[in-house]
Amino acid sequence: MPEYQNIFTAIQVRGHLEEGMPLPAGESVRTGQPQHNYWIGKIGNAQLGPIYLGFLGSLSLFCGTVAFLIVGLNMLASVGWDPIQFVRQLFWLGLEPPGPEWGFKIIPPLNEGGWFIITGFFLTASVLLWWVRTYRRAVVLGLGTHVPWAFASAIFLFLVLGFIRPLLMGSWAEAVPYGIFPHLDWTASFSIRYGNLYYNPFHCLSIVFLYGSVLLFAMHGATILAVSRYGGERELEQITDRGTASERAALFWRWTMGFNATMESVHRWAWWFAVLAPLTGAIGILLTGTVVDNWYLWGIKHGIVAPVPDIYPSVVDPALAAGGAQ
Amino acid sequence: MNFALPMAAGAAALLGIASFIGVDWDMPPVESEQVGYRGTGMFVTKDAGEAAAARAANVVPESPWEPDPEGERASEVYENVQVLGHLSDDQFTQFMASITEWVSPEAGCEYCHNVENMASDEVYTKIVSRRMIQMNQAINVDWQAHVGNTGVTCYTCHRGNPVPKEVWYRDLEPKPASRGYRDGQNVAGVFSGNSSLPQNALEDYLLGNEEIRIHADTALPTGAQTATTKETEKTWALMMHMSESLNANCVTCHNSRAFNDWDQSPPQRVTAWYGIRMARQLNNDYMVGLTPVFPMDAQHRGPEGDVLKVGCNTCHNGVQKPLYGESMLGDYEDSLRKKVNTDVPDFSDYETPEAVVVE
Repeated sequence: MPEYQNIFTAIQVRGHLEEGMPLPAGESVRTGQPQHNYWIGKIGNAQLGPIYLGFLGSLSLFCGTVAFLIVGLNMLASVGWDPIQFVRQLFWLGLEPPGPEWGFKIIPPLNEGGWFIITGFFLTASVLLWWVRTYRRAVVLGLGTHVPWAFASAIFLFLVLGFIRPLLMGSWAEAVPYGIFPHLDWTASFSIRYGNLYYNPFHCLSIVFLYGSVLLFAMHGATILAVSRYGGERELEQITDRGTASERAALFWRWTMGFNATMESVHRWAWWFAVLAPLTGAIGILLTGTVVDNWYLWGIKHGIVAPVPDIYPSVVDPALAAGGAQ
Repeated sequence: MNFALPMAAGAAALLGIASFIGVDWDMPPVESEQVGYRGTGMFVTKDAGEAAAARAANVVPESPWEPDPEGERASEVYENVQVLGHLSDDQFTQFMASITEWVSPEAGCEYCHNVENMASDEVYTKIVSRRMIQMNQAINVDWQAHVGNTGVTCYTCHRGNPVPKEVWYRDLEPKPASRGYRDGQNVAGVFSGNSSLPQNALEDYLLGNEEIRIHADTALPTGAQTATTKETEKTWALMMHMSESLNANCVTCHNSRAFNDWDQSPPQRVTAWYGIRMARQLNNDYMVGLTPVFPMDAQHRGPEGDVLKVGCNTCHNGVQKPLYGESMLGDYEDSLRKKVNTDVPDFSDYETPEAVVVE
């Protein structure tokens, strides 16, 4: 039974090892001797390598490694270089941005937030270099630049969180720390401070696109797997050579919900949903604190907060109650 | 394909990691009680097993005997009775018997007294207990807004321990290396509910009087509210301390859609508001002043040498109403619900005792 579900790669297709097409003059050489690997064949193409690293890729990896090491060494230093505590508290550990007393000062002392700024510089450099690399690779391969632009959307969110919004707010204390729990703490604190992101319409939009992406991905993935018994995973042939698989996939959705995507348009939907999730999210973050200080009150003002009856009539702010404050 | 083996291995690995990093899970059954308007998601949840254990651990001890309020005053019978002199001889003796059971059931009278000369103040613990009795009286008289008519006794915090189990101090552990920057947070914080939130937020709110109100009162920025996201984390650390201390969740006191809005807050929030101010006053007016009297050892001071301080869990011990709201004051109305001597002693030139090891 499970074989029919096709949820893991059942048959690994292995051709002869490929180098890929020759590159134009001036491009770097691809590195690494290609080889087959059984385990990566389980989830993807069984051929590993070669990789095109080039100048941008190498520099990006270098900058990313520097950022990763600064964060990691700060975490290790956080627990006094104790390796056991480092592993045990790994999820708790983090590298903090400078405190509010430093405002948006470019380089505060290293152990008062300077490390955070340096990490941010290297991580941003790494991500931007990687972006240029994806753009260059797409162009050289003769592709459209959809992947780099989708990536740019995520980079925009990253820059808004860590740089643009702290700049607009004039304080590094608004930036997101590096660390597992620390960045989650930031997320919740951010929502608490600015009166509940739930009432931020761009937050709503971002969630729509995020969940929408998940839904579309599930629908598309499931559809293609479901028709793979007819060769439906071979999308390119299916688009031009309409046979049983693609047709059944389309008919399935036409019959269940009345209309259906095409082999091409389903990817357009997915691309826009995926791109708009971080983009609308970034707009929501960018507006918070800069032009809206309390989203709950903003929601009241614009009639999107559901009213609840006053079921605690006795409760008044004790700081206002006469003689109450001590 | 056989999925059972990898699934079991995965589950075992997850449980192994969970036990290694120390997660605090509630096992079913979990009881929930609706405390807010329908649709607001305001439910207080309790782990039924933990609740039963807490009830068993929070039983009020019986008074040794019912004291006779008539007769000679303690101040006339004994020497050097400074804060309980207004009691009758019998009340005084009954109170001394009670406080021994409450605070030092094992060491007995000797814990505070030189038994050769009961009037002597030479044992530092006697000086501490005198101040603590004043503190207890002040709580019951001045802080009705928090303790109501139930009030507190020494037992509310001490529970048979010379030093209450749930206290807080300046926590710098684990100490970062000189160049590491975690800004007093990002480790499992003992006083912030094991979260990675700031470790010493209690210093700001239960010792200092930093403002918790980080919300803006207007939809759009006016510049009036300057708190940053980072400062908000400190308030959250305090809230986690309160939550852990009372075994209560956020909606016990707040409608979480607008944490700051008093109109939507259950009345427990008002009680908690006074509680924060009460703990702050107890630490500043009683604990900090007593610092020189406490020996320089790990049982009486924090690792940084500061005095052990009062937090919400010091009284609450994981229960929303300490000792489930049962008042112990019946036989102690005169001793613990009257402020007679409110002198503030000056301990600044007190000779700090050597380290004392208490069994």
